[in-house]
Amino acid sequence: MTEALAFPRHQEHPAPAPPLLVATNVRKHYGGVEVLKGISLSVNAGEVMCLLGPSGSGKSTFLRCINHLERIDGGRISVGGELVGYAQRQDRIFEMNPREVAKQRSGIGMVFQRFNLFPHMTALENIWAAPVGVKKVPKQHAIKRGMELLDRVGLAHLAKAYPAQLSGGQQQRVAIARALAMDPQLLLFDEPTSALDPELVGDVLDVMRTLAADGMTMIVVTHEIGFARGAGDSVVFMDGGVVVESGAPADVLDNPQNPRTIAFLESVM
Amino acid sequence: MKQGTTLAPRPEGPAPAGPHPTDGAGSDDVVAVPLRHPWRWVGAALLGISFAALASSLWANPNIDHRTISSYLLHPRILGGVGLTLMLTVVSMVVSTILGVLLAVMRLSKNPVMNAFAWFYVWVFRGTPLLIQVVFWGYLGLLYAQISLGVPFTDFTVFSADTNTLVPAFTAGLLAMTLNQAAYSAEIIRGGMLSVDTGQHEAASSLGMSPAYTLFRVVLPQAMRVIIPPMGNETISMLKNTSLLSVIAVLELYTVATQISSQNLRQVELLVVVSCWYLFLTSVLSVPQYYLERHYGRGNARQQSPTPLGRIRAALRKTPIHAVSKGPQP
Repeated sequence: MTEALAFPRHQEHPAPAPPLLVATNVRKHYGGVEVLKGISLSVNAGEVMCLLGPSGSGKSTFLRCINHLERIDGGRISVGGELVGYAQRQDRIFEMNPREVAKQRSGIGMVFQRFNLFPHMTALENIWAAPVGVKKVPKQHAIKRGMELLDRVGLAHLAKAYPAQLSGGQQQRVAIARALAMDPQLLLFDEPTSALDPELVGDVLDVMRTLAADGMTMIVVTHEIGFARGAGDSVVFMDGGVVVESGAPADVLDNPQNPRTIAFLESVM
Repeated sequence: MKQGTTLAPRPEGPAPAGPHPTDGAGSDDVVAVPLRHPWRWVGAALLGISFAALASSLWANPNIDHRTISSYLLHPRILGGVGLTLMLTVVSMVVSTILGVLLAVMRLSKNPVMNAFAWFYVWVFRGTPLLIQVVFWGYLGLLYAQISLGVPFTDFTVFSADTNTLVPAFTAGLLAMTLNQAAYSAEIIRGGMLSVDTGQHEAASSLGMSPAYTLFRVVLPQAMRVIIPPMGNETISMLKNTSLLSVIAVLELYTVATQISSQNLRQVELLVVVSCWYLFLTSVLSVPQYYLERHYGRGNARQQSPTPLGRIRAALRKTPIHAVSKGPQP
């Protein structure tokens, strides 16, 4: 595999800059069920953080809170120094209106488990729709950029194909290109390879490794331990709505301390 | 959604669909005597005889004057009625669809005021008979002799007019058809919008698309696939329901026909004329529906079957019909 592509970026940035993402004591509940019981973590610019954990541990919910697809019930999440979904003026917190939330989200890309490409648009249209509609990029530029991005994920020859004509792996790579077209400062991946046939996983992971090597800040919810070990700068293990263990991949994956982490890793490896 | 259709790892491309063409008869082809269906022949014969009997009884009927039918089929007054019927149908369908989208969005919005208003609108206009609504708008002058625009509960008026001048029969008919149809269309459009996967909303949100942009660029185009077949139904109902406007003397097809038959007492003949026109118009209206369905169905199937015109063209060229693949070939 191409794990050699990933190199430790901690040494690239010796001077500590303020983290890009800061989550403090994030809580979320659905009805009476508490799904997130106080998550605190931070991600530096250029860092790749992998969120691991059994299903139902709250890792996908936490990811969706980061771009305000879910609203949090307690704590704070800020990206690039700005609160997500809320505006702070003096001591008071105000709820943002949908347009403000949309503007904020345009800087945070997301790749979904089920791809969620727009089925009525071709691969290329999927990519330029948001830059043209949201950022008002001239269409010619957006199409040119879209072709470059498709080329980057190895699908330039399928620009005119509709999603239904593409394999799952191809759809997910188009979805990654679509997220990149908005030039996000942070890219969220929600189990990007879980819905793929095993032989298609590699192509998607290769694209993600290239992105990681190019310095994109990424938070990846995944079950791909190999990816976490090779491309991740840090690994966070969640269970039952709390962070159980976190640290460098080598520490968490090869020398886990918590019995729950040990049990999980044994079951997936 | 199906995955894993690409068999060869590279070069990648849409999987070729359809069975392989067979190269002539093979030695292991099944050669069997086809199953006979004698009852189909019996059924066809019985139906054929019945239709022939009905047709001859109509043709030989001394109460139907065929010359009256043929002379009125393209009579200028009838053609005028056809024109007005078509105009009423097209205008009310277009305006009511716009209103319907608005009502559907209001009904699905989180704003309780809009939501309640849309619910109330649909409740009122769907809950009372169309005929009564038509008569109501026709007799609006009995309820309000004057219509004025101004600030409520003050004497300040911008504009005021006599109701019967402002809302003549034609406008009243148009209002009745449009407002009633909007209630039905709103529910059809709402159903279509609900059929769009939530993942589509999430994808649009995560790309920073505003609610309005998401509606017009992502949700409605996908909802159209579900909306168009029932809306085709509604258009045909609308065309026929314009005949209700005869009660307020809008000069559409049926009103004109009854006016003519009240003079020449040829009721049956003019009913035949009118029925022929309605059948013709409903047949014509189902053509755009087919093409709209095709347009909004793009990307939904791996490939689209050829249009009837395409089939004819292919047959004329004597080339075998192949499904038109819209994707690039690998």
